[in-house]
Amino acid sequence: MRILIVLSLLLLPLKAQAAVFNPQSFTLDNGMQVVLIPNTRVPVVKHMVWYKVGSADEPAGKSGIAHFFEHLMFKGTDKLEPGDFSKIVAKNGGQDNAFTSYDYTAYFQTVAKDRLGLVMDMEANRMKHLILTKEVIEPERQVILEERRQRTDNDPGAQLREQLDTAQYMNHPYRIPVIGWAHEVAALSLKDLTTFYDNWYRPNNAILVVEGDITMAELRPLAEKYYGPIPRGPKLTRIRPTEPPAQADRRVIKKDQRVRQASLQRTYLAPSYGYDQGDAHAPYALEVLENILSGGATSRLYKSLVIDQKLAISAGFSYSPNRLDVTEATFWASPRPGVSIETMEQALLKEINLLLDKGVAQDEINRAQKSLVNDAVFARDSLGTGAQVLGSSLAINRTIDEVEDWPNKIKAVTRSDIERVINEVFKNKYTVTGVLLGANEKS
Amino acid sequence: MKSLYLALITLLFSLPAYALAPVQEVVSKEGIKAWLIEDHTNPIVALKFAFRGGSALDPVGKEGLARLASATMDEGAGDMGSQAFQAKLEDLSVTLRFEANMDEFGGYVTTLRENLAPATQMLRTALSAPRFDKEPVERISAQLLASLRQSEEDPNSVAARTLYKSIFGDHPYGRGSKGTIDGIKNITQQDLKNFAKTRLGKDNLVVGVAGDITPDDLKKLLDDVFGPLPDKASPWKIAKAQPVFFKDLKVIDKPVPQSSILFAQKGIDRHDPDFYPAYVLNYILGGGGFSSRLTEEVREKRGLVYSVYSYLANYDQANLWLAGAGTQNARVKETLDVIRHEWKKAATEGITAQEVQDAKTYLTGSFALRFNSSDTIAAILVGMQKDNLPIDFLETRNKQVEAVSLEDVNRIAKTLLQPQNLSAIVVGQPEGL
Repeated sequence: MRILIVLSLLLLPLKAQAAVFNPQSFTLDNGMQVVLIPNTRVPVVKHMVWYKVGSADEPAGKSGIAHFFEHLMFKGTDKLEPGDFSKIVAKNGGQDNAFTSYDYTAYFQTVAKDRLGLVMDMEANRMKHLILTKEVIEPERQVILEERRQRTDNDPGAQLREQLDTAQYMNHPYRIPVIGWAHEVAALSLKDLTTFYDNWYRPNNAILVVEGDITMAELRPLAEKYYGPIPRGPKLTRIRPTEPPAQADRRVIKKDQRVRQASLQRTYLAPSYGYDQGDAHAPYALEVLENILSGGATSRLYKSLVIDQKLAISAGFSYSPNRLDVTEATFWASPRPGVSIETMEQALLKEINLLLDKGVAQDEINRAQKSLVNDAVFARDSLGTGAQVLGSSLAINRTIDEVEDWPNKIKAVTRSDIERVINEVFKNKYTVTGVLLGANEKS
Repeated sequence: MKSLYLALITLLFSLPAYALAPVQEVVSKEGIKAWLIEDHTNPIVALKFAFRGGSALDPVGKEGLARLASATMDEGAGDMGSQAFQAKLEDLSVTLRFEANMDEFGGYVTTLRENLAPATQMLRTALSAPRFDKEPVERISAQLLASLRQSEEDPNSVAARTLYKSIFGDHPYGRGSKGTIDGIKNITQQDLKNFAKTRLGKDNLVVGVAGDITPDDLKKLLDDVFGPLPDKASPWKIAKAQPVFFKDLKVIDKPVPQSSILFAQKGIDRHDPDFYPAYVLNYILGGGGFSSRLTEEVREKRGLVYSVYSYLANYDQANLWLAGAGTQNARVKETLDVIRHEWKKAATEGITAQEVQDAKTYLTGSFALRFNSSDTIAAILVGMQKDNLPIDFLETRNKQVEAVSLEDVNRIAKTLLQPQNLSAIVVGQPEGL
């Protein structure tokens, strides 16, 4: 629990596969946006509060503070003893949790509809009245260091990804892991944490998203009652260092006795929803390209490297558009036994060159667009997907209309849009290549 | 004013456990049965099915047969090779997958309503005429072998495999459900064909459906999809397992900074009259996340772990009670001691009335939260049938939880918890043991 969402490269990213979620929205006087997504299957609501602060907003030398703070939000307030928040949710038949990413931090509860006022009351209370002491932060610091061991240090692949990010982002804070560097987490002070809270946990920096069996006529008075009285804070600006142009290829090699399956990844910086460099079609074009290259058993990379050439056991391409700043696009593959990394890498480069020379076919685009647009229908079927998509989008300053228009944006992608992003992202670029090998394998 | 919120929670839940349409039993012309929850809100149909008999039936020397079959049955069927079959699924946005676990071989289809007819045909063909062509079988085997090799270095997987081997010995459950490297290598195309021909019988089948479909349409679908299958699977039997729990601690050396800890003791049958008291007890002890005693003592007070949990594991031929945790090597001993202490404390000192009450309000109140998508609803309907639960289970389940008394829970704590016989595995480089 207290999940940390790290948008890691080899995992499928949680994508904004928005459908027509039909959200309604208004903004409280204190600047807190309220979003309602109807979903009437069961008398249940998912209540989320998203803060526009993530690990990339941390002060220098204080890595991990956004995530550490997320854990501390479950400690005491002027009305609650430490740990009571989750216990009260559970006693009311609900489930709760929270997660931190580069660009946002979110807290949520899923409860029966008639318990919504209760969780709103508690969530509003901890936005303003959290009480932090040395006694509560010290055991939690140990918990977080265990979390880091479990997610990163116990897994050589995760360790490599962490190193790769430091090479990929030379200057932007996306280079720093969301969970933080262990030595800096160990050194965060009570004062660091309370300052972070005072700076960022304000209604004008928060978004309320409620999905479930409820109408705006019911939600609005509750939102006004519980969140309305919290005073607006100062206007916040997220200051992010930007990337200088790279001047060299970088190759990061990790050999580890715990690795029994080698793998390779090659990453490029890419535009995102939040950072499209003036080409508003670019992120959508890359999403279509991702589906063409990596959307399943008939996708290009799998078919070429895994099925036809039999050089890899798996291969694909991943792209995470949902970032406030520049993001990355990654080609990846794992060699079959007996195939060297070099041989497989040459075959992967050939695919990338083919893409640069010939682009993609109209037929490939049509298939990908249809498949992505249909995904949006499935996204509507599960309670919580809409809240996740809307919250994570609004937290990086997208608008509800942009999210709702996603299927149309996907349908509007043309062959020349894709050609343009291929050239923009992959042509004559310095790249970062990560290689994961067993202790005695040849690099 | 710290009691402000606590005052609210004494209210009892007035809502029904769930507010879906009732479960309907649908029987096709050919006698194939399914449980259905109709829901026409979204144009989506989710169908899930399971055949009784899973990896535990893998022949000796071919461990992994059910798993490999599950991973290759969607790689070409009828007159469509692997690429043609997969391309058609993608073009129709149909999700069709097979899966295998210890006791069952199953699968599911999720589709837009408009593509239900072709989706049905594809599932029918995959079940009754899978091709198991050389190329996909060889390719998928390579993937499974890679994952098995890597899992030999994953502390959690190593702990689970070692535990099952230790307590189940030569019983098929001792092999786990993922197969072995040698087993997968030994499996031939003929083995896979025999698997599909002999194991998927109508007598072994349960089906659950949710979403945008009427009972009449479902009847036709059932005959279309499952009609061609044989009436009966080949005879099979898995013996009752007699798990043997060990008292000494087993340590497996792996070079990781965080040790993986796994505990096991005997569990309780799903149909035992004391199942619900045990279920409530498990919630209090380690099943209830931040409300559990283990999380409070091991994580919150001492900062020993990120995650600590317990759960009741029910297999067709064995029942276990498992607990797990992960902590830095230097603190393994302390973590083991605290967990053992909590186990013993629950057995000797019992549970409080408040804890039982809190567990019951969570377990009853959160039941509706499970019904959050068509896929999960279909899966719940299959699970109910597999466990031989009655069709009105969704309406009666909360009453069974409500009926659990403090005395029931404390009796079970005393008789079922085995602090002296709690087997433990540690994978890592623990210090000071």
